[in-house]
Amino acid sequence: MNRSGLARRLPLAAAAAPAARSGARRRWNPARIGIYAFLLCAALFFLLPLYVMIVTSLKPMDEIRQGGIFALPHALTLEPWRQAWSGVCTGAACAGIRTGFYNSVAIAVPSTLLTILLGAVNGYALSFWRPRGANVLFGILLAGAFVPVQVMIYPLVRVLALAGIFGSLPAIVLVHIVFGMPVMTLLFRNYYRGVPQELFHAARIDGGGFWRIFVFVMLPMSLPIMVVAAIMQLTGVWNDYILGLVFAGRDNLPMTVQLNNVINTTTGTRLYNVNMAATILTALLPLALYFVSGRWFVRGIAAGAVKG
Amino acid sequence: MMARMLPWFAPRIALLPMALVALLGYLGAAGWTLWISLTGSRTFPSGGFIGLAQYRRLFDNERWLLSLHNLALYGVLFVLACVLLGFLLAVFIDQDVRGEGALRTIFLYPYAMSFVATGLVWQWLLTPGDGIDGAIRALGFPHFHLDWIVSQDMAIVAVVLATVWQASGLVMALVLAGLRGIDGEIWKAARLDGIPAWRVYLQIVVPMLWPTFATVLLLLATAVAKLYDAVVAMTQGGPGIASEVPAKFIMDHLFLRSNVGLASAGAVLLLLPVLALLAPYAYARSRGARREAA
Repeated sequence: MNRSGLARRLPLAAAAAPAARSGARRRWNPARIGIYAFLLCAALFFLLPLYVMIVTSLKPMDEIRQGGIFALPHALTLEPWRQAWSGVCTGAACAGIRTGFYNSVAIAVPSTLLTILLGAVNGYALSFWRPRGANVLFGILLAGAFVPVQVMIYPLVRVLALAGIFGSLPAIVLVHIVFGMPVMTLLFRNYYRGVPQELFHAARIDGGGFWRIFVFVMLPMSLPIMVVAAIMQLTGVWNDYILGLVFAGRDNLPMTVQLNNVINTTTGTRLYNVNMAATILTALLPLALYFVSGRWFVRGIAAGAVKG
Repeated sequence: MMARMLPWFAPRIALLPMALVALLGYLGAAGWTLWISLTGSRTFPSGGFIGLAQYRRLFDNERWLLSLHNLALYGVLFVLACVLLGFLLAVFIDQDVRGEGALRTIFLYPYAMSFVATGLVWQWLLTPGDGIDGAIRALGFPHFHLDWIVSQDMAIVAVVLATVWQASGLVMALVLAGLRGIDGEIWKAARLDGIPAWRVYLQIVVPMLWPTFATVLLLLATAVAKLYDAVVAMTQGGPGIASEVPAKFIMDHLFLRSNVGLASAGAVLLLLPVLALLAPYAYARSRGARREAA
C-alpha cells in the first residue's frame, strides 16, 4: 500500500488556507526545524503500528521469533493472509475470518441504509415541521448518544427475547438503528437547518405534503450529507464490538467479534502473522473508506461533534 | 377539513420511530435498569424490592472498587494525553508546514480503526520478548524492559497508550478546525506588538477555542465511561483483574456471572458522571444559542 501516494491524491479541506498568514514561505531556522522534528516523530509514532501490522503479516513465524518486530520480511509469504481469511479458527468453526466478513456486510448494509433513512426523515421533520414535543424527544435522543450502552443493554435483551428475535440478524440491525439514530438525526437536522425556509414554504404553497416535499425537494439536495452519514454509520457499525457480541447470535457474529475470538481465545502457540493479517482484514473497510474519502470523513467528525 | 388535518398528522407518524427509540429504547430501558438495580435479581429480573442493597454490595466488591480506581486513572491520563497531543499536533500543523494533507491523514487514520483492532495491534506491539521489548534489547540495550501489558500496575497505562494513539487524531482535527476559524487579524496585531507566538496561543487562542475544548472534553469523557472493547481486546482485564473497568464489570455480571441486579447498579452509577458532564454542557449551549438569537 502506497500511503504517501494515497495521501497526495486526497482532496483534504482547507489545505491551502494557512499561507495567508505567513506571506512568503518561511526560511529555515531552529524553530522551524523543531516543528518539523516534532511532526516527524509524531508521524512515526502514528505509522508504527500500521507498519508493524503489515510487515508481521507477511513473515513466516520462525522469522518473527528471531528477527525482531521491526525487521522487513526476508522470505515474503502470503500464507498468513490465506489462513486468516479461510482457515483460522474463530471459535467452534475453523473457516477463517471470512464468515465474519460476510456477517458484517449482512449487518452493516441494512443498518446503514435504514438508519440514514430514519435520520433523514427525523431531521426533515425537526427542521421544517416542528411538531410539538419533537424537540424534547430529540433532546432525549441526543443525551442517549452519550450514555454507555451498558445502561440500556439488558432491558433491550429482554424485550428482543420476548419478541422472539434475540440473537438474530433483525435484532442486531434493530439495535444498530436504535444506537445510530441520534447522530444520524443530528447530521440531517443540522444540514436541513441550512436550507432556506422560503424553499419549504414555496413547496407548501404549491400544495406539497409532508412526504412529497421530502422525496422531491429535500432528498435530491441531500446527497452530500448522505455521503457523510453513510461513511459515519458504516464505519460505526463495522467497528462495533459490544452490540454484535450481545445481540447478533452465534450465526451472525460480526468480524470484530470473530477477530477477537481468533486472537484472544485460541490456545496453543500464537500465530502473530495470521493474527495481524486477520486484524488488517477487519480494519480494511473503514481504513479504505477513510483513505478514499478523507475530506468527507473529517466533515462527518466535525458535524457529528454535537453542534446542538 | 381533511386537508387541514393532514399536515399535522404526517410529521407525527414520521417521527414515531424516533419517539419509540427515545422513550422506550433510551428512557424506558434506562428506567428499567434503574428498577432492576433496586431488586435482588440474579439470572432473571425478579420483583423483590431490596432498596439500595445492591449498591452497598457493589462498594464491598473489590473488583468493582478496582474498576473505579482504574477508570479514574485511565480517564485522567487518557484525556490529558489526548488533549495535549492533539492540541500540539494541530498547532504545529497550523504553522504553514509542507505536507499538511499527508500529516493530517497520518494523524487521523487510527480513528477509523475499531477499538478491537487497535487493542490487538498494541497487544502485539507490547508483547514482552517478541514485541518492541525484544526488538529494542536486540538493538543493543540489554537492560531494556517493556512489560506493561503483563504488569499489575502498568496494564491500564498500556490501554491508555493504545487508545491515545487511536483518538488523539480526533482532537487534532477538531482543534485545527477551531484554529482555522480564528480571525487572522489577531496574528497581525500580536506581531505588531511583538508578542511571542506561544503567548498568543496560551493567552488568546486557547481561551477563544473554549467551545471546541468543551466539545472535545465531552467526547473524550464519554469515551472514558464507555471503555470496554479496547480492554477486552488488549488485556481481557488482566493480568488477573488488574485492568478491569466498570463497563466490563457490568458486562461480565450481566452475561457471564448471572448477577443482573448488581450489574444494573453498576450501570446506573456509570450513568451518573455522564449526566453530570452533559447537564452543564447542554446548559451552556442553550444559553449561548439564546444569546445568539436575542
